[in-house]
Amino acid sequence: MELKPGSRWKSAVCDTEVVVVRPPKSDASLECGGHPMVAHAAAKPDGLSIALDHSAGTQMGKRFADEESGLEVLCSKGGAGSLSLDGRAISAKDAKKLPASD
Amino acid sequence: MHTTLLLDMAADAAPDRLALGRREDGVTFSDLQRRARAGAVALEAAGGDTVVFVGLNGPAMPVAIFAAGLLGKPFAPLNYRLPDADLARLLARTAPCVAIVDDDMLVRLGECPGVTMMARSAFERACEAEVDGELAYVEPDIAVLLFTSGTTGEPKAAILRHANLTSYVISTVEFLGSEEGEAALVSVPPYHIAGISAVLTGVYGGRRLVHLEAFTPEAWVDEATAEQITHAMVVPTMLGRILDILEGRGAGLPHLKALSYGGGRMPQPVIERALRVLPHVDFVNAYGLTETSSTVAVLGPEDHREAMSSPDEAVRRRLGSVGRPLPTLELEIRGPDGEVMPTGQSGEIYVRGEQVSGEYTHKKVVQDDGWFATNDGGWMDEAGYLFVEGRLDDVIVRGGENISPGEIEDVLREHPDVADVAVLGLPDDEWGERVAAAVVLKAGGTAPDALADWVRARLRSTKTPEVWEIRDALPYNDTGKLLRRQLKVEMAGVARPATVR
Repeated sequence: MELKPGSRWKSAVCDTEVVVVRPPKSDASLECGGHPMVAHAAAKPDGLSIALDHSAGTQMGKRFADEESGLEVLCSKGGAGSLSLDGRAISAKDAKKLPASD
Repeated sequence: MHTTLLLDMAADAAPDRLALGRREDGVTFSDLQRRARAGAVALEAAGGDTVVFVGLNGPAMPVAIFAAGLLGKPFAPLNYRLPDADLARLLARTAPCVAIVDDDMLVRLGECPGVTMMARSAFERACEAEVDGELAYVEPDIAVLLFTSGTTGEPKAAILRHANLTSYVISTVEFLGSEEGEAALVSVPPYHIAGISAVLTGVYGGRRLVHLEAFTPEAWVDEATAEQITHAMVVPTMLGRILDILEGRGAGLPHLKALSYGGGRMPQPVIERALRVLPHVDFVNAYGLTETSSTVAVLGPEDHREAMSSPDEAVRRRLGSVGRPLPTLELEIRGPDGEVMPTGQSGEIYVRGEQVSGEYTHKKVVQDDGWFATNDGGWMDEAGYLFVEGRLDDVIVRGGENISPGEIEDVLREHPDVADVAVLGLPDDEWGERVAAAVVLKAGGTAPDALADWVRARLRSTKTPEVWEIRDALPYNDTGKLLRRQLKVEMAGVARPATVR
């Protein structure tokens, strides 16, 4: 899948939606709940369910980064599945909240 | 990444939350998205490569930013306060374009080749239309063209790309991180970088934006009270005037949670007074430039409180700093040969990061390795707090010694008789430049001799102004920037030397 910066993806098995902030260095498969995510505008495939070992959930506003590939995504809608890249779980970044300045 | 994506995300996740305007009849995020699409269709039909905005603050401004973004055309807000001829000249530089112009300002502009005029009322009506289907996707490029204030010559057009702005927003703001009911009052004009970034960070953070058409301290306090404003950004001159109103009325701002300030040097007596008058408010000092997509360093609420209450002089003086650089960018102080200066030593402030554009329409000033020279002088203390000394162009060179006007101004502002002050260099046959001070005194204020003694006792004699002028007021532009060049020209003509001692 082409994970371009700014491209939007949704989970095939839960409510999770993400936006790509930084693309991976090479082609990779972004998954949620253990299944490849689908383009935001596309239809969800039927008959899939969340894999147990990918069910930790996502939270809106969190950023997720995979050091190995450089991929960074932002969760724009939370859900019950958790994110992985080529089967490897990717974790939430600890972002320090800054005071509003504008 | 596209700035319109920020709106799409907010509209998807919080469609019914208020995005703009008053509590009673505001515009929701899904409304804003719909209006931006309709506005884009109308602007596209009008043609041109750029979307110009000439007018007061209001909901039409954010709608126009996102509409221009959808079309992939730069949004170029112009300073409507400029004299007609200057405004027309800037407008001509943006052709071919479509210009959204306040109805009562149309007559000022007349006809301009390559410019399609659209009255603001017509744009607002067009934004009410229903749009069928999706707009064609346009690759993001230039998001905003901002003309610098031109205090040092013909205005330059700074380029801010979608990538610069979205990087800034995403790295500094939590998506929909605002609590329900929070509202920000925007009183900086549409053609100021803080007016642009307020729209983007407000939308992404999910905070309602209330625009003040044009700043007056009375209107600001009235609107903040009526709309239960929780957040606001002001330039230093605004803050002093707001405090005057609050103290005069004996009123507080019970809903206000956070007040940020920037866009110029904040006099320490003013911020200390603000902390006393509004003890429940979180103060944030933000330092940034147009060319850096707004903020690059922040002094947060805890820093303010610590500085106010600390017995340690080094901590206390941080109230006069702009805080620490954002963790998402790099900042260095460099000497005249490009070498990185040690802690505590002055040099030029350099920044590097995705939010830094450092680009103008006529030239790219960012270096190949990404570093941008800000033309601001500054230094850092041991804990990493940044002290900005002002524009390097303003540094006074007296007999080979570099003298920063800000340091002398700060000392003079602490004198109980001084209401306002500006220090600058005037040509001098012997020293190259001599230090001059223009002072606005409080009623019954003191003579220059006493002020000279005051400076000499706190700094050294080479930094003591040799020329003094007592004035009724200092010249500022409408965003609170001191017009040093104008003052310099005026003073070179009329200034008289102080008593020789």
